[in-house]
Amino acid sequence: MSNERHVHVSLRGVTKIFRGAGGTPPVHALGPIDLDLRRGEFFAVVGPSGCGKSTLLEVLAGLSEVTEGEVRFEGKPIHGEIMDGVGVVFQEDACFPWMNIYDNIAFGLRQTSITATEIEGRVKRALSMMGLTPFAQSYPAQLSGGMRQRVCIARTLVLQPRLILLDEPFGALDQQTRLLMGEELLRLWRETGATIFLITHALDEAAMLADRIGVMSARPGRLLEIVETGWARDRDSRIVETDEFGRITARLWQWLRGESMKSIDQSSTAA
Amino acid sequence: MNGTGRWQGTLILIVALIVLWQILYWIVGDIALRSPWQTLSFTVKLLQKPSFWPHLIETGKAFAAALFFAVALGLAIGMTLGLKRIAGDVFEPMLVALYSIPKVTLYPILLLTFGLGISAKIAFGALHGFIPVSLFTINAVRNVRPIFLKTGRVLRLNRFTMITRIVFPAAMPEIFSGLRIGFSLTMIGTVLGEMFASQKGLGYLLMNAIGLHNVDIIMAITFMLVVFAASMSGLLLAIDRRLHRRV
Repeated sequence: MSNERHVHVSLRGVTKIFRGAGGTPPVHALGPIDLDLRRGEFFAVVGPSGCGKSTLLEVLAGLSEVTEGEVRFEGKPIHGEIMDGVGVVFQEDACFPWMNIYDNIAFGLRQTSITATEIEGRVKRALSMMGLTPFAQSYPAQLSGGMRQRVCIARTLVLQPRLILLDEPFGALDQQTRLLMGEELLRLWRETGATIFLITHALDEAAMLADRIGVMSARPGRLLEIVETGWARDRDSRIVETDEFGRITARLWQWLRGESMKSIDQSSTAA
Repeated sequence: MNGTGRWQGTLILIVALIVLWQILYWIVGDIALRSPWQTLSFTVKLLQKPSFWPHLIETGKAFAAALFFAVALGLAIGMTLGLKRIAGDVFEPMLVALYSIPKVTLYPILLLTFGLGISAKIAFGALHGFIPVSLFTINAVRNVRPIFLKTGRVLRLNRFTMITRIVFPAAMPEIFSGLRIGFSLTMIGTVLGEMFASQKGLGYLLMNAIGLHNVDIIMAITFMLVVFAASMSGLLLAIDRRLHRRV
């Protein structure tokens, strides 16, 4: 019972098969996957390209329905619909170019029944938290890629989601910015207490940020191993200097090397 | 090119066109042309005549109504066909085919349907303008970045909000390019409509002046239409550029 209370999201036998189009055979993209995400934990998933990481995130977000199995969020089953309390940040720049930064962040809130005063308060807090206050009236085209991604994160955070899904949110950023954004993400995670599910192709990013890291196989993506990092909740990017960080990254690579080779073979066979 | 440079370029173009016009007038002579100065003087005189204004107002009313219908119809068809992939695939080629036929061949049908009054001119103007607006809108809606739609789904927007708050503004820069072309074609259609079967309007005056070989009126009306079309087109182009800059 106590264990059930700590489970925030559960996946049981989750499988995703894409129907073939125009006579092509169906593609078994994912699963079966069994996984429990603990309430308030930071969980990262790494895996070779095309292993179904993003498909897994879409299933969790309710953007895609499972072919087999079941996903539950806070005990309620997800059937291809977006659940209340779930926020998603994508890798692609999703800022609306026709709105200024303030309106971009406030957009989701304005679709709810939250009062204007509350919206203003939350947006101002988010702007300040993400260091975007001086740019509130700017348009996305005037901001760098990293700042635009912060806007997308802020737009998700103001909705105060209990589960935040991040699909390679720093994928398009340079290494230094990624480390700093990672630190910010850790701070936000501590402050909000939300459960975070991060998809990344960067092993160091996963090793620095996550409490647990799921290693996925080449397609069809399954969980091969879950690596516990054992980091304290109050951590920052300086853990990359520790020996333990190196050991975790090496362990992840041991698992992934073979799978990445398989993935490359699959791609060349398909081509 | 920055703002100042663009203004300088426009000014140079206007001066060059006036110089070319003057040279052409020296070559062709009074039989077919008037000089820029003569045209400007006659235009001012024409605008001071009370008998001219009903014609100008008639064309203005017909054009405004035609533009309203062209934009409303174009946006409605474009949004519908852009959002519904299969319907778009079926009807888009039909719109393209309709666009490519000379619209003047359809004018007798419009005259029989709407009569000799302002309605036929409005219909003819709208017929010219709505197709480019539709075609640009279809493509604009189809080209909305999937990530915007995905974000809309994640924010749990209903269909109406998704269309009005995400699809429409995202497609706006491209739609606006269609509106710009639709504007010019609607004007051509309205004036053409007045030229063939009408008893009022600038097109009617133009046709009458051609029949009477009144070069002053021909030049003055053409000048007015060119100035109006060029100014509006310039304004729309400036808005269009502004919208595209944000994306």
